[in-house]
Amino acid sequence: MSVQNLEENNGDGNLSQVRHVVLILSGKGGVGKSTITTQLALALTHAGNKVGILDTDLCGPSIPRMLSVGRPDVHQCDSGWVPVYTDSRKNLALMSIGFLLADPDEAVVWRGPKKTALIGQFVSDVAWGELDVLLVDTPPGTSDEHLAILENLKKHRVDGAVLVTTPQAVSTGDVRREITFCKKTGVRVLGVIENMSGFVCPHCSECSNIFSKGGGEELAKLTGSVFLGCVPLDPQLSSSIEEGKDFAELFPDSTTFSAISSISHTILNSLQTT
Amino acid sequence: MAEVLDNVPEHCPGTTSEQAGKSSTCQGCPNQTLCASGATKAPDPAIAEIGAKLSSVKHKILVLSGKGGVGKSTFSAHLAHALAGDSTKEIALLDIDICGPSIPRIMGLEGEQVNTLHIVHQSGSGWSPVYVEDNLAVMSIGFLLSSPDDAVIWRGPKKNGMIKQFLRDVDWGELDYLIVDTPPGTSDEHLSIVQYLGSTHVDGAVIITTPQEVSLQDVRKEIRFCQKVKLPIIGVVENMSGFVCPKCKNTSQIFPPSSGGAEKMCADLNLPLLGKVPLDPRIARSCDEGKSFLSEVPDSPAAKVYQKIVQSIQDYCSNSATQQQDITTRQE
Repeated sequence: MSVQNLEENNGDGNLSQVRHVVLILSGKGGVGKSTITTQLALALTHAGNKVGILDTDLCGPSIPRMLSVGRPDVHQCDSGWVPVYTDSRKNLALMSIGFLLADPDEAVVWRGPKKTALIGQFVSDVAWGELDVLLVDTPPGTSDEHLAILENLKKHRVDGAVLVTTPQAVSTGDVRREITFCKKTGVRVLGVIENMSGFVCPHCSECSNIFSKGGGEELAKLTGSVFLGCVPLDPQLSSSIEEGKDFAELFPDSTTFSAISSISHTILNSLQTT
Repeated sequence: MAEVLDNVPEHCPGTTSEQAGKSSTCQGCPNQTLCASGATKAPDPAIAEIGAKLSSVKHKILVLSGKGGVGKSTFSAHLAHALAGDSTKEIALLDIDICGPSIPRIMGLEGEQVNTLHIVHQSGSGWSPVYVEDNLAVMSIGFLLSSPDDAVIWRGPKKNGMIKQFLRDVDWGELDYLIVDTPPGTSDEHLSIVQYLGSTHVDGAVIITTPQEVSLQDVRKEIRFCQKVKLPIIGVVENMSGFVCPKCKNTSQIFPPSSGGAEKMCADLNLPLLGKVPLDPRIARSCDEGKSFLSEVPDSPAAKVYQKIVQSIQDYCSNSATQQQDITTRQE
């Protein structure tokens, strides 16, 4: 793959006013990439940043529901598709394939080349305007979508990738491969987040490590990456996500939110220092 | 097969479609002449070969989910273990998750990865699968990777080629059950497995979901996919359904069924719900250690639900076999 050559192209276009681009990756599905993406975005907007989310999971777009934006019509302007804003101050912009589907239950049964074409458009044709951070949520794996995202984003710039894993070895094993993917494609690993890390019983406060414990930190050590922190399993977070409510606003004092907020600070710092 | 949507750019019309080689997007494609000649519309000869190869496999079950991380591999592995509990039956488990193969670890075969070249050797009739027990064979791309760091950065066609090889070139032998574990989504791998199994009888798919709507919305798409490709659905399993605290025995809905869970979805879509498997830290631990949860803690509530689900799947398959026979007899 010749991603390096593409860098010389100066077709910045719609991404020219985007300061930082961060990929949210995981080799494993269902570890909470989309959840972490939305929560980081909310934490960053609450800290005064303008944030965009590009949902590139074509076969299973989850972000529109998590941000409770429904299925609005996507409008076109001169410079491309107008993203959907989740708040009146236009601090959080979102683009997802979910918006383009007529029937939410319809399966997007596409092979690679078609996905690659749409991602190419997504990346270059959305009129993001001015953004501090663009978070790119990805599907699981290391295949067509990932290569397409990188090929198209490299024209602009990718600051790095945040890797999400759950603590068990079955998950960290896949994420380890994703780190190899980052190394091979020249994407900086900003750090590893361990999601679904422990569950504190709301009845007796006993902590159960449902999906084991410590795997994310171990993986970070093993691969020489930064460990960004643990996000616990929290039914309040799951239900906020289900109902598309702003968890940061509802439970600002929870340990889960403080974990997310501290991770978002670390990421922001690491973006600003490079 | 591929959906054409409004607002979405037209790309490759598909090598087997009517427009192959003729549509405007084909201009400039290096394969245009080949597509226009009609050669690509002929069925892949591998489909017939696979049909012949798998004619000695009695039952074929696909494990599917639109959503990742809901427990497809965990379920596939335990279904295989449970079926292999009957030593008179021959079981095989095929992992077609090319970019994230979890089956080797869950089946306790990861430590052997270093020696993969010795394990997966070419025998007279093809690649030999790896045996966990005398009657339980496993095949996964994980066995072909030399290090746990290896990433399989492959686009669709290469993944499809691998799946074809797994079906055609692996020496499966006489099998009672072939269980196919799939990656999340509705893309290359899924289309390929259905296509390659096109000339054989597939009993059906078991759909795995977790209780939340965020998961169900993807799973509905997978069900729609099954309907499109005419793949029968054996039933739905709701995994990670509630968590019983080991200390105080109270149940918490960690992944809340805010839209009624799999139960409501099954009722709406008229599909059988095979069972609800609770969250149990011992399941994740068994998977990490490569052991069968069903033999580690056979008396746990989760293991009991599993056994019931496996029983329903066995019943379904033997009924579907009888029906299949009836159809063949009638045709004769």
